[in-house]
Amino acid sequence: MTATESPQQVVIIGSGPAGLTAAVYAARANLEPLLVEGVVEGGPTGGQLTLTTEVENYPGFADGIMGPELILQMRAQAERFGTRFVTEDVVKANLDQRPFTLETASGSTIETNALIVATGAKPRRLEIPGEDELWGAGVSACATCDGFFFRDKHVVVVGGGDSAMEEAMFLTKFASKVTVVHRRDALRASQIMQDRALANDKIEFVWNAIPIEVNGADGVVTSLTLKDTQTGEVSDLPADGLFLAIGHIPNTWLFDGTLDTDDEGYLIVDEPSTHTNVPGVFACGDVMDHNYRQAVTAAGTGCRAAIDAERWLASEGIG
Amino acid sequence: MGATPVTDAAWATEVLESDKPVLVDFWAEWCGPCRMVSPIVDEIATEHGDSLKVLKLNVDDNPNTAREYGVMSIPTLLVFKGGQADKRIVGAKGKAALLADLADYTG
Repeated sequence: MTATESPQQVVIIGSGPAGLTAAVYAARANLEPLLVEGVVEGGPTGGQLTLTTEVENYPGFADGIMGPELILQMRAQAERFGTRFVTEDVVKANLDQRPFTLETASGSTIETNALIVATGAKPRRLEIPGEDELWGAGVSACATCDGFFFRDKHVVVVGGGDSAMEEAMFLTKFASKVTVVHRRDALRASQIMQDRALANDKIEFVWNAIPIEVNGADGVVTSLTLKDTQTGEVSDLPADGLFLAIGHIPNTWLFDGTLDTDDEGYLIVDEPSTHTNVPGVFACGDVMDHNYRQAVTAAGTGCRAAIDAERWLASEGIG
Repeated sequence: MGATPVTDAAWATEVLESDKPVLVDFWAEWCGPCRMVSPIVDEIATEHGDSLKVLKLNVDDNPNTAREYGVMSIPTLLVFKGGQADKRIVGAKGKAALLADLADYTG
């Protein structure tokens, strides 16, 4: 695909539950949505669910469903109603004039009357020495992808939320021991996840500690330097792997200076709608929600964004 | 024609003794990002098969090779030239980025 001859009615950026739900609704409204599903800049195609295992809290799946399978089902549903997919990253967005213009990594240009931003969030990094050098050689942000390589080894999970507990419990299937390092003396995870993790014999906890360096030898992780947040004391924790679960950063860099963000960098929408500060641009999913961040809430806002876009196009006389 | 499966047993003949550079996609069924990369690797196999041999290795079924080359994260793509690992690409990437990484081998 090169430049699109005429503007699209609606383009969706993002392929997680928000973007795919927006696509289902926009397609059923005959808007023939084009969904740019992204590849790497904002995280994997399909979003964070593709990095999970069993999803037990998405309504309609009484016995649970695997995250990647749920995404594939949503994608098939969007495709069934006529959504077209472009598997590329958007590298530039011009929202200063209409139609809006997007540029992709291969240099293609896409014009669109309405834009739905569902770019999600990607895992936060520690930004400490050794992390980049040992990425993929013991440092990972995806237990379900990489846990397999740590059979009978000792791994560390950094974080104290639900995703940290989920990663830690998943890793016990492979590792001989999992140490959770958390910067506070209490977990932020939901009670059910805390209870499960605290009851797991293979999981140990190091409280009030932050990693300050990842150490390696022969190109693989050997230990982690920790600093006690109370005493300032520095210690060495031998480990074969390090899994990060320290939250996410919203993928908004495409819109720096054009779309308004809050103090934490998330896109601001005109609640309860999904209108951003630029008319014709709508936001949904984790890029605008640091409060709930669930698959089902992302899907819900995706639905709202599609309906908002449909009504806006009609009100502009271009729907 | 996409990437051809390779095993621990066939590794030496298929990879180390190959005349052409060999791209190997280390993957597994349970790896979400691998499912995103595999179709791209298949396309590269079809489009650049003349200059580059493209194989895929299931790490579940073939743990020895993955261990030998220190693969601790998937998807990992390794390029072998003259029996040596010449390039390592860790994590999912788009086609344009992958082709840029592989420019030295795709002629």
